[in-house]
Amino acid sequence: MERSVNMERSYNKRQEAKPHIAEEWVGKIYTFICIAFLVITIFSMVYFVASKGLSTFIVNGVNAFDLITGVKWNPDIDIPQFGALPFIFGSFSTSILAAIIAAPLGFCAAVFIVELAPKFGRRFLQPVIELLAGIPSVVYGFVGLSVIVPLFRDLFPGQGIGIAAGALVLSVMILPTITTIATDALSELPAGLKEGSYALGATRWQTIYRVALPTTMPQQMTGIVLGIARAFGEALAVQMVIGNAPHIPHSLFESTSTLTSAITLSMGNTAMGSVQNNVLWSLALILMLMTFVFVFIIRFLEGRKKL
Amino acid sequence: MKKILTLAMALTLTVSLAACGNKDKDNNSSGSESSSLSGSILAVGSTALQQLADTTAQKFMDKNSGVSIQVQGGGSGTGLTQVADGQAQIGNSDVFAEEKLDADKAATLVDHQVAVVAMAAVSNKDVGIDGLTKQQLVDIFTGKVTNWKEVGGKDEKIQIINRPSSSGTRATFEKFALGTKTEDLAGSIQEDSSGTVKKLVSETPGAIGYLAMSYLDDSITTLKYDGVEATVDNVANGSYPVWAYEHMYTKGEPDAATKAFLDYIASDEVQNGDVVELGYIPTSKMQVKRDAAGNVTK
Repeated sequence: MERSVNMERSYNKRQEAKPHIAEEWVGKIYTFICIAFLVITIFSMVYFVASKGLSTFIVNGVNAFDLITGVKWNPDIDIPQFGALPFIFGSFSTSILAAIIAAPLGFCAAVFIVELAPKFGRRFLQPVIELLAGIPSVVYGFVGLSVIVPLFRDLFPGQGIGIAAGALVLSVMILPTITTIATDALSELPAGLKEGSYALGATRWQTIYRVALPTTMPQQMTGIVLGIARAFGEALAVQMVIGNAPHIPHSLFESTSTLTSAITLSMGNTAMGSVQNNVLWSLALILMLMTFVFVFIIRFLEGRKKL
Repeated sequence: MKKILTLAMALTLTVSLAACGNKDKDNNSSGSESSSLSGSILAVGSTALQQLADTTAQKFMDKNSGVSIQVQGGGSGTGLTQVADGQAQIGNSDVFAEEKLDADKAATLVDHQVAVVAMAAVSNKDVGIDGLTKQQLVDIFTGKVTNWKEVGGKDEKIQIINRPSSSGTRATFEKFALGTKTEDLAGSIQEDSSGTVKKLVSETPGAIGYLAMSYLDDSITTLKYDGVEATVDNVANGSYPVWAYEHMYTKGEPDAATKAFLDYIASDEVQNGDVVELGYIPTSKMQVKRDAAGNVTK
């Protein structure tokens, strides 16, 4: 009698376990589908851009070396010239300048949030800075065009447009990225390190400058590189304030162009399959390869974490 | 949070899948059910023509509930490519198909000229002149003349505000106002939209640019071209040469719904109503005609 009750119990248990097994499988399959979808998307995207971008060299016979080093960009004349160096130069100069402006600001904001006023900083300042990331880029571009460009026009020689205006707009856009990562890095800093520094008689600034900054340097750099990567890929806001002349400028206030703005300006107006269109895909390919480089730099920095 | 995200993702997927499904269905139905006038039309291309296409499409759909028309921008090149590849029923373009596509591809398309758009050179209000000759314009846009005093204005540096070299508006302006292709000069500004060009010309001292007629107003100086003002009458009688057709291309002869829509745009109701209101010139008003090679006939 007792045995049969026992058997029934164990049978019931197995019955109860079944839904869990089913759930397990549903979860596994769902995750697998999502991952497969992601991987397929990424690979097909890379393949698509690469095949389009390389056809400039293979089908249209444009010299790849000339494309990267040429300084003349005249795609619509009888003998078209495709020299993308001004775009590459513009992209690098604006995004690096933007990082130079934004990095100290971001680090100081992070120090304020973590070390100086944690309560106010965490509750108000951080959300406000993160809000900057949610503002659409066209809004940044329009503000840049309406505020920064006229200001620079009055203050400096030239028409206000150019690398300086683009970099300033971008620096505000990448500020949240840098600040958020810097804040996380600083708050992960073990209390013992700081306390040890205080115990040795260091002031608050000495602790921040000599202990917090060097220890979190790899993470800070990660934030900056992520910021540069974001700035590198930003198209619309930059396009509105940079002027888009395909020339290497002589000053920070002269019209120039970036890879992204060159693509967005002409992509819709050129017919698919024409050399004018293919060469834009080549620019996109350069842009993508640069993004890969940034990702590798970030991976490298992650490996150098000191904590 | 997670739930919202999942919901948003599911929604996006559903919408995009539904859109894909629709397209297949429409391709079938537009062929078979021609008599009851149903189906869906995708009109892609020129942003200059987008507003007219959008307004007329709304009105047409109100009258013919069986037809759904989607109007998208993307540029003349996109419009021509997509209609030639059969992805869209109508390809909107500022330029003749022959100028963008290969000859054999362009030959498969049928041109429907729905309106005329005229363009004028404009300048900042401070430059001190109200007109330029063709030669002066060429000199300015090729960089030979860099100061307004050389063309009779005040002593001020000329700032060119251009459209990108692939733009249909720029192609028209270069072809009919300058008669030559120009390079993007160092220091010149290239902007993507007419709105931005207008804003920059009105704000930048010594700026010169060009705009479609619908954008002209008092914030900028509209320059006479060889002494001729850019007015509807001057364009219509052929004395003002800087104008172009707005084209709606179809691949071969259009199906019933598309044809009805194109006929509706060509009707007097639209031509004398929306076309004029939006700053275009009705094709019926034109006393001169122009072909793809640019030859003008009375």
